[in-house]
Amino acid sequence: MNFTRRETLALGVGAAALTVLPFRVHAAADEAIAAFTGGAEVGEGGIELTAPEIAENGNTVPIGVSAPGAVAITVLATGNPTPGVVTFNFGAGAASQAASTRIRLAGTQDVVAIAKMADGSFVQAASTIKVTIGGCGG
Amino acid sequence: MKFKAMTAIAALVISAPFMASAEADDDELIVNDEITMVTKTAAPAHLADDVDEIISGWHFRSDETQIMQADDFDNPGMIFVEQAMDDWNTVMGSKDKSCASCHGDVEESMVGVRTVYPKWNDAKETVYTMEMQINDCLTDGMGAEAWKKSGSKMARMEALISVQSRGMPMNVAIDGPAEATWEEGKELYYTRTGQLDLSCASCHEENYGNRIRSDHLSQGQTNGFPVYRLKNAKLTTAHGRFKGCVRDTRAETYNPGSPEFIALELYVASRGNGLSVEAPSVRN
Amino acid sequence: MASGVKPRVKVPKTAAAGEAITIKTLISHKMESGQRKDKEGNVIPRSIINRFTCEFNGESVIDVTLEPAISTNPYIEFDATVPEAGEFKFTWYDDDGDVYDTAKKVAIG
Repeated sequence: MNFTRRETLALGVGAAALTVLPFRVHAAADEAIAAFTGGAEVGEGGIELTAPEIAENGNTVPIGVSAPGAVAITVLATGNPTPGVVTFNFGAGAASQAASTRIRLAGTQDVVAIAKMADGSFVQAASTIKVTIGGCGG
Repeated sequence: MKFKAMTAIAALVISAPFMASAEADDDELIVNDEITMVTKTAAPAHLADDVDEIISGWHFRSDETQIMQADDFDNPGMIFVEQAMDDWNTVMGSKDKSCASCHGDVEESMVGVRTVYPKWNDAKETVYTMEMQINDCLTDGMGAEAWKKSGSKMARMEALISVQSRGMPMNVAIDGPAEATWEEGKELYYTRTGQLDLSCASCHEENYGNRIRSDHLSQGQTNGFPVYRLKNAKLTTAHGRFKGCVRDTRAETYNPGSPEFIALELYVASRGNGLSVEAPSVRN
Repeated sequence: MASGVKPRVKVPKTAAAGEAITIKTLISHKMESGQRKDKEGNVIPRSIINRFTCEFNGESVIDVTLEPAISTNPYIEFDATVPEAGEFKFTWYDDDGDVYDTAKKVAIG
């Protein structure tokens, strides 16, 4: 496999596969979810969270979220000291309701993305990311 | 097409869903769609009895870490290169000179420099690392204070100079006047140290491709240094890494800039002769 | 201003009218989480970029709230529509009250 950037872009077709996993969160994360949703019911489907299965170093973990038609997407790291990670609010100038960033994870844990859709409903996706303890490198 | 770069993360995971093996992969590194890196090649003659192929540490990293190095915007190490560009043009010291006063455009004057360091310095009659040369420029040439060995300013200047040689093969001289230092470095490479009784070779020659805890052991090549480490989000110099390695054998370490590490840098660099300069590389 | 803070953005110089483009942004910032301790055991106070915005000709593209779990040197990538020639404006807000901004023009071609 080559690693020119163009080719990695073109490989993106199958991106949807990784996401939805059994859903278990901690109390602080529950509160953060409630703060975002206002207690509304959260469905599934229509949102993708892309993240590595294994992160080589928890200090810099690349993730991406995408939820066509969302007005906002929040990301929570359920096993961090404070679960909040990032909230993307999409404006009229956004070409897609998708974004990516690099995050810190305190250890192996579930990362949750929740999208607020234009009709006021909410959907979520979750992914378990294993954070390795390095030898000398990590 | 609607999907974008962010989906590349998932795509790469899908393409290799279970990375059970820690061995070097067969990916190809092309930076900015422009610079094709030689990341695997035949070992130099002096290594032929010990190693067949020399392999960049890039091959031992995860796909997510690898793609960060494939584009200068995605590579956080380039932030430090930009900062060093400001240093390059800043007048420092009593002689009112900047690096540029003598060396002009770094993108022209420093091409190829990284590939031959450490190298014999005729006037000083000793092997010089790039750090020593930079400090000579600062003190003698500019009348400024020397920078801390392997400190953050030094690391980013080394990165700026190294970037000008990206893609060019490492080619340090090991014969002639440098030979005695090279031999010292070789001796250190194979000397076991510390409570764990490990030499450089224990990990990086005999066990590269195997795991150490959950990490992948590389060949310990220096062609990517200074390296941006995800661990501390900073540049690490070769001497900084040596110090960490020796410490991890639970030994008292030599210091950055010490004669031992200068000799070791020359020897380890020579084990990578033929690999492309990658600095600033991205590692975990 | 916190020392060494430098914004970088990557935007195509030209786009077709109505084209979707990918924008990458990065700002050099330590993103001190407020979770770490110094050598004496004192908590190092939180100091992060807490908000990032991108506008095109005054219209919002994205408005991002960042928490301490965002890595050092925050990197954000997203897609924008270019309806006409104009200028993207990027703004980062620091906990200490500082605001860093930069802009990029895009032509239609």
